[in-house]
Amino acid sequence: MDVAWFLVVSALIFCIGAAGVLTRRNPLVVLLCLELMLNAGNLALISFSRMHGSGDGQIFALIVMVIAACEVVVGLGLIVGMYRRRLPVDVDAMSELRG
Amino acid sequence: MFFVAAALALAGAFGVVVLRNPFYSVLSLVVHLIALAILFLLLHAQFIAAAQVVVYAGAVMVLYVFVVAYVGGVEDDRDRDPGVVGQLGPLFALFLAVELVIALLGTGLSALDTGGAEIEAGFGSPAEIGELLLRKMLVPFEAASFLLLVAAVGAVVLARKRRGLPDEGIV
Repeated sequence: MDVAWFLVVSALIFCIGAAGVLTRRNPLVVLLCLELMLNAGNLALISFSRMHGSGDGQIFALIVMVIAACEVVVGLGLIVGMYRRRLPVDVDAMSELRG
Repeated sequence: MFFVAAALALAGAFGVVVLRNPFYSVLSLVVHLIALAILFLLLHAQFIAAAQVVVYAGAVMVLYVFVVAYVGGVEDDRDRDPGVVGQLGPLFALFLAVELVIALLGTGLSALDTGGAEIEAGFGSPAEIGELLLRKMLVPFEAASFLLLVAAVGAVVLARKRRGLPDEGIV
């Protein structure tokens, strides 16, 4: 299978994730859509790693997975914190830092 | 095999965005991640595929399910005005998709239309990944481990119970 096919799939997943981040209001779902975008990046990295026949891209993908795990942990901690303080779990309502 | 996995991955991704209940979104993401692991296998990245299933589809998704169960599945209500960003978001994503596909089709990278370079037998195996991580990529590896430590401490600080504690001025 050509590498280009994998890249097309990766581009489509990235765009679906971007649409989700922009349209959904629940911070949990926004985090899920961020995961989608990171995974699309992973797929592209691994496709290019296969294209060049070198393992470096796979290491990059592994590091991206670590970053994604950190982001999830901090994001979910924030959501639990919001819930504990009886704040609305909604990204539009949390706009005090807008200035 | 490729088309089945790619269709599953795209359907899972679409489900995450479209489904109203966050719990179903999480389940849809699990389908997406497993389909993505199959794609990784097709690209000879065995170790990454295994890590994807174990770490992502296993551990991270369990974390999500716990938080959804704790917070309760708050559904987005449909009647609310989506706002400018909400209306233009899908349009923006469509333009981005068209642009990326044009960039892919018009690229000068001739190797894109091949199955990839010749690879030796151990490509993508745990042995090769481990050797690369500990020889060539030692600094990113250590930085990632430090980042994990920072994130774990940060999550504990963010999510701990504050009732009964003096206010430390952290919001």
